[in-house]
Amino acid sequence: MAFFLEVLIGGLLTGVLYSLVALGFVLIFKASGVFNFAQGAMVLMAGLALVQLFEPTYIGLWHFVGVGALSAAVVGLLVLRTVRGGTFAAAKGDWRIHLPKIVAVGAGLLGGVLALAGGAKGWPLWLAIPAAIAVMVAVAWVVERWVLRPLVNQEGIILFMATLGVTFFIDGFSQTLFGSNVYPLNIGLSKDPMFLLEGVFEGGILVNKLDISGGVIAGVLVAGLAVFFQKTRIGRALRAVADDHAAAQSVGIPLNWIWFIVWSVAGVVALVAAIVWGSKLGIQFSLTFLALKALPVLILGGFTSVPGAIVGGLLIGAGEKVAEVYFPVVTKFLTGTAMPGGVEYWFAYVLALLFLLFRPQGLFGERIIERV
Amino acid sequence: MSAPRTRTIGDTLLTVDRISLSFGGVKALTDVSFDIAKGEVRAIIGPNGAGKSSMLNCINGFYHPQQGSITYKSVKRSQMRPHEAAAQGIARTFQNIALFKGMSTLDNIMTGRNLRMKTGILAQALHFGPARAEEIEHRLAVERIIEFLEIEHIRKTPVGRLPYGLQKRVELGRALAAEPELLLLDEPMAGMNIEEKQDMCRFILDVNDEFGTTICLIEHDMGVVMDISDRVVVLDYGKKIGDGVPDEIKRNQTVIDAYLGVSH
Ligand SMILES: Nc1ncnc2c1ncn2[C@@H]1O[C@H](COP(=O)(O)OP(=O)(O)OP(=O)(O)O)[C@@H](O)[C@H]1O
Ligand SMILES: [Mg+2]
Repeated sequence: MAFFLEVLIGGLLTGVLYSLVALGFVLIFKASGVFNFAQGAMVLMAGLALVQLFEPTYIGLWHFVGVGALSAAVVGLLVLRTVRGGTFAAAKGDWRIHLPKIVAVGAGLLGGVLALAGGAKGWPLWLAIPAAIAVMVAVAWVVERWVLRPLVNQEGIILFMATLGVTFFIDGFSQTLFGSNVYPLNIGLSKDPMFLLEGVFEGGILVNKLDISGGVIAGVLVAGLAVFFQKTRIGRALRAVADDHAAAQSVGIPLNWIWFIVWSVAGVVALVAAIVWGSKLGIQFSLTFLALKALPVLILGGFTSVPGAIVGGLLIGAGEKVAEVYFPVVTKFLTGTAMPGGVEYWFAYVLALLFLLFRPQGLFGERIIERV
Repeated sequence: MSAPRTRTIGDTLLTVDRISLSFGGVKALTDVSFDIAKGEVRAIIGPNGAGKSSMLNCINGFYHPQQGSITYKSVKRSQMRPHEAAAQGIARTFQNIALFKGMSTLDNIMTGRNLRMKTGILAQALHFGPARAEEIEHRLAVERIIEFLEIEHIRKTPVGRLPYGLQKRVELGRALAAEPELLLLDEPMAGMNIEEKQDMCRFILDVNDEFGTTICLIEHDMGVVMDISDRVVVLDYGKKIGDGVPDEIKRNQTVIDAYLGVSH
């Protein structure tokens, strides 16, 4: 029993990662109807940016200057927007139309100079994490401005192809920028083993502290997002866009702005996934394949359901680990010979297929009723 | 007949100047001009497919006419997107109800306050002081609208579950929440029974009277149109075939022919 619990907990924590990636998918799918295949690549990019800014082994001074300028510009624009409100409409010819440009360039220069002064040393975490977020915000801006906006009103399949292109671009470009090795991420999360429930089981159950902190970080993120989407104006605007594009625009919600916000939030979610995963296994290219595991999670959870993404991820993470460990035991019991494992590679997909056959709307999706 | 109403109809609020709009080969609007005066109730009528909804969509920026111009509050507009039109005080409802189905009545109407909320994204993310005070203030405004439209009992109901007539009312509430200067209503009474229609008429006239909101509405029910509107534009096959006060329109032979020529 203790062993089963150990397997289960290990699985659940892998599941947390699947949940995080699936969450990124769901946010973007709800707001823009785009199936964002690039979510896995975004995890890679966020991870590489963070690890290199924190403990540079690949990047040099000019990377720091660039990221410094970019981060300062992003922060400057955010402050401007906070001060001025989102709906300020300057008349033509009013110099204030250029205010965002002025702020971005000014803050950017300042940030660049500061980074230059700091030299090619790694940044402390409190600086490296916001800077990695700024990188992801920049990605969101580029995607919204140069991919989504020009393709608005196109068929879903065209948008999907576009995100495939974006995926390979982000994969490749982030490695060009930040290096392509395996980089251990050591941000101070303890990796020591610890024993739980020692009073219940003899010897207790063995878990890795890292797994626990990963779960806690993910939990905090999810709770934060829930508050953001339920309680704020932006959250309400986002749900409005998810429900009805035309109506949302008619009450003054700019679609493009909302798309930019969700892609940015998906970038932050990607960064958290990268932190949790990278602390365990290092930041490496295989992070991008997390996207492939998110697919069955979405089929289980339903493409538009945030709780679905979370529960689906946990189910698949736990399910595949348990299946992997117990498959040989069960086959031995049934047939006399233990079949080897390898179940974890296909478990999720078979489960997803079963769902497609018997419950295509997923666990939490609304029932699909064909209207004739 | 409506009781005598005391309102002031002022200068021109919006001018549509010779606009034409086509979709591929389909000409939805051809060379249409008309104006809307501050404080009036302006109706757009015409047979199915005449281009009425397209007209509203041009005014609030969903469609961009290939030719012609729209002048709003004395400023000739360049191509404008819907959220920008909203920011300038144009609110609307849709022919096929466009509500946020998963949200409650209250939340739906609250989205209408979107443009009136000012606190920035950071303050909201942290959910601190000013953001909360603002939320409460807007909540009060929304409650007043709910009371005005007599929909207190469905405040918390997800709108997807409401009957059609009430959904239309919630949609009106959302548009009102923006405190618009110009309110565009696309068939606000379609599919309603007589009683519901009377209620809706009353709300529209009250909004017009009490807040001085300018209203441009599309409606098929001639009784209603002649009763509540100050001036009427008639479209047919994308062209304007009549424009004037209800009594003139009733006597206009081209209009009568257009209506007799189609079956309803
Ligand atoms: N988005 C669009 N794409 C293609 N054609 C369109 C579009 N919108 C309107 N049309 C066409 O423009 C013409 C006018 O349509 P519109 O919806 O404006 O008519 P309407 O007067 O509102 O009719 P109804 O009384 O049926 O609502 C129709 O032929 C319609 O098919
Ligand atoms: Mg119409």
